[in-house]
Amino acid sequence: FPGLADVSISQDIPVEGEITVPVGSHSPDEDYSTLDEPVKDTIMRDLKAVGKKFVHVMYPRKSSALLRDWDLWGPLVLCVSLALMLQGGSADSKDDGGPQFAEVFVIIWFGAVVITLNSKLLGGTISFFQSLCVLGYCVMPLTVAMLVCRLVLLVGTGTVSFIIRLIVVGAMFAWSTLASTAFLADSQPPNRKALVVYPIFLFYFVISWMILTFTPQ
Amino acid sequence: MATADDLKFQEFDDAANLLAANPDATTISIDEPIEIPKNQHSRLQEPGREEDDELLGTDDSDKTELLAGQKKSAPFWTFEYYQTFFDVDTYQVLDRIKGSVFPVPGKNFVRLYIRSNPDLYGPFWICATLVFTIAVSGNLSNFFIHLGKPTYHYVPEFRKVSIAATTIYAYAWLVPLALWGFLMWRNSKVMNIVSYSFLEIVCVYGYSLFVYIPTAILWIIPQKVVRWVLMVFSLCLSGSVLVMTFWPAVRDDNRRIAVATVATILLLHALLAVGCLAYFFDAPELDFPAPIIPAHNGTTVVTKSH
Repeated sequence: FPGLADVSISQDIPVEGEITVPVGSHSPDEDYSTLDEPVKDTIMRDLKAVGKKFVHVMYPRKSSALLRDWDLWGPLVLCVSLALMLQGGSADSKDDGGPQFAEVFVIIWFGAVVITLNSKLLGGTISFFQSLCVLGYCVMPLTVAMLVCRLVLLVGTGTVSFIIRLIVVGAMFAWSTLASTAFLADSQPPNRKALVVYPIFLFYFVISWMILTFTPQ
Repeated sequence: MATADDLKFQEFDDAANLLAANPDATTISIDEPIEIPKNQHSRLQEPGREEDDELLGTDDSDKTELLAGQKKSAPFWTFEYYQTFFDVDTYQVLDRIKGSVFPVPGKNFVRLYIRSNPDLYGPFWICATLVFTIAVSGNLSNFFIHLGKPTYHYVPEFRKVSIAATTIYAYAWLVPLALWGFLMWRNSKVMNIVSYSFLEIVCVYGYSLFVYIPTAILWIIPQKVVRWVLMVFSLCLSGSVLVMTFWPAVRDDNRRIAVATVATILLLHALLAVGCLAYFFDAPELDFPAPIIPAHNGTTVVTKSH
């Protein structure tokens, strides 16, 4: 460019300015990057979120926190611990025993996916992972029931222990179903609520049956 | 009534088109099935077919199939396409279940309840419930039968759930597929008045399996006679739903083929029931050790030992 050949910028003229692309919403989370924080902070933040959701399940109220910030860590931990506790059951032959680890895992995850698909196909407005999150977290009362059952079975295996286990599992089953219904029922069309709640009932009933029929070696 | 209004709204296209086409016809509503048209007699081909109008619904069969085609216009790879198969409300599902358990003689299940809105919700969840009901009931009944035996150790028999699931889902989906293929093939040879879409056949089969759920629960009772009476009773109920649905579809065909088709349908249905009873439920009074009590006759001893 001939006209610019003799243009020179003097060294003492400061050249400064701001190069920012105006963004519509500047949420406070993006003001600081989470890349530089200590690892402990990252882990504690996620753990606190998971813990808060456990508390929400224990005292089910209609709160949007469980739905908005979904995560699948809690369901994974619950599912794995439940499947592990269901191992070590009696088996005369490999074929007739209790469910294997993979079977429990598949039942819980595949069942949750099918129920979520069912509610979405019926016209529900909840998102896929939110529903998975709620269904997974509401397995927590049943995991507690499994723990109690194993402890009771350590003490004795007679009729009394069976009645105790029956009552505990029954109560936890009701709790799970009511908790998940409290979270999920609002997002369904009003004249199809029963159609959505029934598969959830069936899902927790099957898990409760697996817990109740667990017999140690 | 609110439900009647909802129904009429849902079948809005149906009724409007029908009434536009032939103002004389009466519309059919689920609440009052007795209103099936009497003034369609004038439009019959043969006077002997009068009572079959209730089964055929001749007037609206073509139009409802056209409308069924219009409803599912979304391409099959979108989510909306599959949502059209779940377009049912709670009371509709309950009505369909009621229609399968209390079959009204002379009323076609498909024409009366499905009416160009076949759903996949009923068949899928009824099959799922049936799978778990049979597995759980079988397990419970075996537990009670073998309760007193000292050598018996309870096992949950979880493998049987997978077997039950495979059997029942295969029956509920493959048999309708075969039947639909067969009916299509016969349709190309003989002009049948009534033809069903694949989904309607799946629907009928799915809802007809509902009566087996309470039957499976009652099969826990460890008496052979009770079990066989229950089996025959439930077979009659669900079989009659199937027969009344499919008889009009094959009636125009060669007599032997029609009878053979209906007989095969019933036979497969009976096989499913008998197979489930035999495999999942141990026979009661199998090898029960006779106690030392002096007996009047053999059976009294065994039943007393429960």
